[in-house]
Amino acid sequence: MNDTSEPVLRARGLCKFYGKDESLVRAVDGIDLDVAAGETLAVMGPSGCGKSTLLHLLGGLDRPSAGEIRLAGERLDQMGERALARLRRSAVGFVFQAFHLMDELTAAENVELPMLLDGRSPRAARRRAQDLLTQVGLTDRATFLPAALSGGQRQRVAVARALANEPLIVLADEPTGNLDSAATLEMLRLFESLHAAGQTLVIVTHDARIAATADRLISMRDGAFADETRLTGGNTGRLADLAGLDG
Amino acid sequence: MQQEVLLAMLAKEPSYGYQLRARLDRALGPLGEAMNAGQIYVTLGRLEKAGLVGSERASGLPERPDRKVYSLTAAGQSRVAEWVSEVSWPKPDLAEFHLKLIAAAAAGLADPISIVDAQRRELLRRLRDAQRAVMAEPGQSDSALLLEGIVLRLQADLAWLETCEQTWTVRRGES
Repeated sequence: MNDTSEPVLRARGLCKFYGKDESLVRAVDGIDLDVAAGETLAVMGPSGCGKSTLLHLLGGLDRPSAGEIRLAGERLDQMGERALARLRRSAVGFVFQAFHLMDELTAAENVELPMLLDGRSPRAARRRAQDLLTQVGLTDRATFLPAALSGGQRQRVAVARALANEPLIVLADEPTGNLDSAATLEMLRLFESLHAAGQTLVIVTHDARIAATADRLISMRDGAFADETRLTGGNTGRLADLAGLDG
Repeated sequence: MQQEVLLAMLAKEPSYGYQLRARLDRALGPLGEAMNAGQIYVTLGRLEKAGLVGSERASGLPERPDRKVYSLTAAGQSRVAEWVSEVSWPKPDLAEFHLKLIAAAAAGLADPISIVDAQRRELLRRLRDAQRAVMAEPGQSDSALLLEGIVLRLQADLAWLETCEQTWTVRRGES
């Protein structure tokens, strides 16, 4: 077991460059980051600021040009391909803007898949998939193909899949980017419930609604961190004011 | 709150003050908590004096505003009809912030981008409060719809701040 004060995820001097010489693009340029257990962190910034690249590096989907990343103390940047793939499968849950579900598999089968790949028995996988679909409010959609689900429902299946192997951390890349307002609200509720259950979450987004529900918000510009905020305090008195109910 | 709002709330049927209050509470949810009942009776009194509202005391009860049933007069009804068809919308106050950035940059008083950052933090806090309130409301309630309006306005303001930030970042680079 790791010391509880140890961050789940730690990055130091993280860089990702593309091209070279004159056409060198510093997509991620010297980032230091600690993500504490149970924390919800949002990373915001204009498109092209490097936030998606950062998320891919943090989850081991992409290799850094320089710097180090530790997930639960293990160096991702030095890991071989197979070990990295195994770690990704068992310790990281991904949620993408475009859902990335397998079209030919049902909702339940999509959720079971990472568990089967991780060596769980089909029975145990099936049982856990049902529980997870219940958790995301889709008990009655388990046998549906993705095509028969709404965008919001597909994204909830994707969240259930991300949780399948009880990951140390869930990384979400613009999870509400393709969702309407009502489905966004559902997703926010779901993230809140994960947060309440102690799940560590990093969400890259330019949806201010998501950012506002995070414990900590980092603004990113040109591959680097520009501003960091903890969103604390406040009450609904201000809200009445915003609605025009100031007396 | 505008007097016309209370007037329009009476249009459905003659009501006691507490019934109006309950209607407003349903419509406003958590945002109605700041409203005090006394204010409703003061406004009803004014509307009565203006001849827009009439009142009838329930029989055998003492003469007190909270024992009266209020109803619209003919003048009140036509005022409500007028108000419902009026087009009005609160003005957003963006010029002040815009000029603050320009003045701060011109005189070197402060970095416009840190002003934007500070403003964004404040709006995000408000957005978080609004978001929490929306999530606490049952899905299709009237007050959830109002809160959604607040959320969307804050999002629009935040989108504008992002544009401000980009523009001022470019300008800072050029100077």
